[in-house]
Amino acid sequence: MSGTFVGMPVFPPPAHAAFPPPAHAAFLPPAHAAFLPPAHPAFPKAAHEAVHNTTLRGNLRHATHTIRAKRAKAVAEVSDWAALREAGKQIKDHTLRHLDGYLVRLEEAVTAAGGTVHWAADADEANRIVTELVKATGETEVVKVKSMATQEIGLNEALEAEGIHAYETDLAELIVQLGKDRPSHILVPAIHRNRGEIRDIFAREMSEWGRPAPEGLTDTPAELAEAARLHLREKFLRAKVGVSGANFMVAETGTLVVVESEGNGRMCLTLPETLISVVGIEKIVPTWQDLEVLLQTLPRSSTAERMNPYTSMWTGTTDEDGPQTFHLVLLDNGRTDTLADEVGRQALRCIRCSACLNVCPVYERAGGHAYGSVYPGPIGAILSPQLRGTASEIDASLPYASSLCGACYEVCPVAIDIPEVLVHLRERVAEGGRVTKDGNKVVLKPAKGHAAERAAMRAARWAFSHPGALRTGQRLASRTRRFQPRTLPGPGKAWSASRDLPSLPAEPFRDWWQRTHGGDRR
Amino acid sequence: MRVALFLTCVNDTLYPDTGRAVVKLLTRLGVDVDFPMGQTCCGQAHYNTGYRHEAEPLARHFSDVFGEYEAIVTPSGSCGAMVRELYPRMGERARAEGRGDTLARTLAPVVPKTYELTEFLVDVLGVTDVGAYYPHTVTYHPTCHGLRSLGLGDRPRRLLQAVKGLELRELPGADECCGFGGTFAVKNPDVSAAMGADKVRNAESTGADVLCAADNSCLMHIGGTMGRLDTGMRPVHIAEILASTEEEPMS
Ligand code: SF4
Repeated sequence: MSGTFVGMPVFPPPAHAAFPPPAHAAFLPPAHAAFLPPAHPAFPKAAHEAVHNTTLRGNLRHATHTIRAKRAKAVAEVSDWAALREAGKQIKDHTLRHLDGYLVRLEEAVTAAGGTVHWAADADEANRIVTELVKATGETEVVKVKSMATQEIGLNEALEAEGIHAYETDLAELIVQLGKDRPSHILVPAIHRNRGEIRDIFAREMSEWGRPAPEGLTDTPAELAEAARLHLREKFLRAKVGVSGANFMVAETGTLVVVESEGNGRMCLTLPETLISVVGIEKIVPTWQDLEVLLQTLPRSSTAERMNPYTSMWTGTTDEDGPQTFHLVLLDNGRTDTLADEVGRQALRCIRCSACLNVCPVYERAGGHAYGSVYPGPIGAILSPQLRGTASEIDASLPYASSLCGACYEVCPVAIDIPEVLVHLRERVAEGGRVTKDGNKVVLKPAKGHAAERAAMRAARWAFSHPGALRTGQRLASRTRRFQPRTLPGPGKAWSASRDLPSLPAEPFRDWWQRTHGGDRR
Repeated sequence: MRVALFLTCVNDTLYPDTGRAVVKLLTRLGVDVDFPMGQTCCGQAHYNTGYRHEAEPLARHFSDVFGEYEAIVTPSGSCGAMVRELYPRMGERARAEGRGDTLARTLAPVVPKTYELTEFLVDVLGVTDVGAYYPHTVTYHPTCHGLRSLGLGDRPRRLLQAVKGLELRELPGADECCGFGGTFAVKNPDVSAAMGADKVRNAESTGADVLCAADNSCLMHIGGTMGRLDTGMRPVHIAEILASTEEEPMS
């Protein structure tokens, strides 16, 4: 992305109480239902559109290649990167192993500090809790700190259904919200947009939501940032309720941590009277010392910065300073089921740095929307089918949305072996097997549509288990090679649509070997 | 030294020239090469597509066929990675499923002695100049499994640099996947083709005559794309370059 940032608003403007409420009625189209549109097309179909969209391809290529190079440089600066990566992995694994204990400790610490802890088993429960909490304040507007967890549960839509408007205050999230769009990247949700598109969105939509964009707005980063800053400032100063997620929760003191680049999150965390934080249970770390490791690896991996510009921490409530009411909603939503899977659970180590997206050649071409989830890219391909299950078409296709090139594993600061989990989930889709669902062990049947493939795999296995049969097949192919087609039927058609087929040799190697070396000497 | 050539099912069926080149090269370097006729497939396609249970008998078969050799050499980074990286994992998974140590014990002997060709030349034979002659401009594509699973590093490039007559050109974006990925090429044809086209365009920008790699599966994808895009470049397996000499040039 460009070097655009919103920065701290000038504080405070004298009269701010009279901002009119937004003119729009229902501000989020149904397409925004971020996490689970069950009818989302399978990955290959969604990717087909993206691959042929040249603007999107250009935007993505530019953005990912820029950040990729910067990340490599920022990581190379640290002489003990490998040790930091291993430490991050160990901290997260240790925490996940003792998750129940640490969560209880966190709850005690948050409560002692004046906060209230709520436990939400799934998205509905979390949305219900937050909605009730907001309603209890009597407010109909909330400002939001960029948060994956609230997108995962579709909180904005749930609030909207109850007449509560949620305003995104992260610059990129604002672009997405104003554009009635969906986020396509974990860190830079509007990565698929270029500056010209952003200018158009601001000029067209801002007046509907509050302060309009200035006349004659151009697409220079400084002007775009200024327009967003002014637009957001009125929201910050009016809001009585803030909603956030958190990057980390420290069990020993009950402290929550948000890292960000713009400072807008900090405004939402400190100005409102009530703060509600919705956080996935895996975001916990035992001690402050553990943070030291992850606060080194996260910024370098995500924004290629040595340290992120704003690190905000909050612990319960403090008299006459910051929000006077604090609620923490601890979100499960498939996480303990994921934890039960010994190969797949490593996905819960993720610290959402998005480095894997930026290096992924598939993400670069398919774009974030093709993944049908708020978690796109390699991590999305292993996280969504675990949190949501593999029943829908999109979730069954996600484990295959990778060439297994391994670039994601190489950059992951907590060493999640994404290719390993992808293959593991492919097995779940292709062969079925035991999984944990809502805490119960269930046996999954193979996903639909894999019968022909399974039969082919069995046949191939049979042939490969019988060298004689393999040889007969090879010879037959060689003898009939004059008649072989240049295009393939069935699933092979996709191959020959864009690539020439290799021509068959006159003689397979093993025949040549036998002719010249007299067969097996064993 | 008596080594077994594990050619791989793809090379055996589609690229016998690569197999002949490996035999020629290793024999020239004084290695006694055998080709166990019982060999078939390492099971990688099954495993990576999600059919681990179908891959298991193939892995056992591999161990039966190759277990007794001093070393197993394969001209395929990804099949080499299957044996070295994924066979141990298959053993672990079987154990985790309560099926005991049998699979792990069956597969263990072949794991440490399976080498990808360039690894075998540099690490085991200790050579980088194999006495080859190949008067062409070449650019080298390090395949993903060779690069990341096996960690071949600069071994292939060192071997190529020592080839007489060969001019090596740097490939932009060399470490990016070509888009083959086994069944990925068929299951996600659009993305796969887009990745392949970018790889070919990068290769073309070097002005080299030949794109070289240590894996014919990737070369099949890249070469198939080159054919479609009419580049005039040729895909060539590194074994064929290293086997080429002034007396017996491989074109
Ligand atoms: S999987 Fe690893 S690289 Fe990807 S977002 Fe999570 S922590 Fe970052």
